[in-house]
Amino acid sequence: MSDFTRNGFNGRVQPSLLERGEVVREPFAPVQRVLHWAMAVCILAMLFIGVGMVSTARPISLGLVDVHRPLGILILLLVVVRLAVRARRGTPALPRDLPAGVKLGATLSHWLLYAAMISMPIIGWGMVSAAGLPVVMWGGFQLPPILPHSDALHAVLWDAHRIIAYLLFALILLHVSAALMHALIRRDGVFEAMAGGRPPV
Amino acid sequence: MAAGNVVRGGAVIGAVLAVLVAAFAWAGGWLSGDRLSPERFITALKPPGGFGYGDRRNHAKGVCVTGTFTADGAATAVSHASLFRPGTYPLIGRFSLGSADPAASDSATRVRGFGFDITGPGGEEWRSANIDVPFFPVATPDAFLQLLQASGSKDPGAIGQVAAAHPELKAFGGWAKSAPWTASFAEEQYNGIDAFVATDAAGSRHFVRWSLLPAATAQQVTPDALKAKGPDFLDRELESRLASGPLHWRMVLTEAAPGDQTADPSQAWPAGRPTVAAGTITLTAGQDNVAGPCRDVNFDPTILPSGLATGDDPFPAARSAVYAVSYNRRTAQEASGQATGGHDTGRNAQ
Repeated sequence: MSDFTRNGFNGRVQPSLLERGEVVREPFAPVQRVLHWAMAVCILAMLFIGVGMVSTARPISLGLVDVHRPLGILILLLVVVRLAVRARRGTPALPRDLPAGVKLGATLSHWLLYAAMISMPIIGWGMVSAAGLPVVMWGGFQLPPILPHSDALHAVLWDAHRIIAYLLFALILLHVSAALMHALIRRDGVFEAMAGGRPPV
Repeated sequence: MAAGNVVRGGAVIGAVLAVLVAAFAWAGGWLSGDRLSPERFITALKPPGGFGYGDRRNHAKGVCVTGTFTADGAATAVSHASLFRPGTYPLIGRFSLGSADPAASDSATRVRGFGFDITGPGGEEWRSANIDVPFFPVATPDAFLQLLQASGSKDPGAIGQVAAAHPELKAFGGWAKSAPWTASFAEEQYNGIDAFVATDAAGSRHFVRWSLLPAATAQQVTPDALKAKGPDFLDRELESRLASGPLHWRMVLTEAAPGDQTADPSQAWPAGRPTVAAGTITLTAGQDNVAGPCRDVNFDPTILPSGLATGDDPFPAARSAVYAVSYNRRTAQEASGQATGGHDTGRNAQ
């Protein structure tokens, strides 16, 4: 059994592998991993709830909208915490042998994901405000409007909310594909840095 | 990386993507055309001449009013809603004709509506869209969609088929034929139709429906007499009444007895159910449908204060979904019109 497999992902790895830069050495901090997976569940649920709630005139649409609003605000709070943690803890370096273009794509797509995570709840909140609707969180508790009641603002934000939702779903598909490519094909520890465990030998 | 890894990994990635995309398409209702989508109601409502620019997709013709709701506290027995506590709260309202045609003639439209948006203490809102019919024409949103589709159909037998499948429609036909006409929005009783759940301070639930009873005495007119007054007489009549003083309605909540139908608004509750007088709606001013404050209000009946909630009646949710599409589309038209400066903000251009 090699040093790598014995000591696992958090331990020492074979110097030769490290020198070649083929595996990611450090995992994300546990708090970063918890935030990532909690938000993954929330955001995927949010996208499915969003397209589902506007697709039907059945009573379930009301329940879905009732979940959609506070869940969006929860995601906004979580992404703020997540970026603060990231600013402190940083991220593990990508494998050195990853082509520069792929590295750039990875960096860019992550910042686009953050941009969507921050903008979507704010746009949604603004859109409800601009429609003159109460921003209800749960029975009797509502957030203040962040924009004045305005047809023009509502129209722009409603389009933005829908379009960014589809772009975000496409980005997530790209993200999942890339994560699985690291896990199953490259086996370079990038997936395990977030998922835990050790990369297969 | 081994070739085997690439093939197996690629297959797993493809399968995961396919499942995600298929699940998303299912959630969005894109896999089949039979979902009861709000867009299908809007399509069915479309009048032969198309929707008016920036107009509501139904009850397109109307007039704005403002005033107050004064609660006298009696309704706190059934609901702990803040705006049932004694006090006077601001109200934005809108009288309308039950037609998707923004140029509908007063005498050609059987159903009249009154929407209100009351802002209670702390900013909680209660919105409601009410009609002068005492019950809904059909029992379910599916049946209502069929009715709208049949109404717009060129097939002369279409309505008959819906009536055969939904015998409750007969009662509406009877009302439309025999109910007296008036020549004033102020003389009509407006009914919430749908049953909602009121929760009292002790947490007990009560199924309620509400009605607005006019202080003005109804003066019956014939449709021909109304027609002779002109297509927009009701707006002018309201204006002249408001010029000479405020208009009032009593808001009455009716509580269901055990066994009463709460899921089907086509079934009126028998007379003699206990009622609570919640307070008085007072209207003091009228405004134009386009320039007035009601223009941008979506009278979504699911905007309810804590202490009122939807129950097992499926219509409030259906109306909320359809009103939202109407609101999104008309505000988008409004916004694009503002952007280009290209549309006339005249009577029907709302």
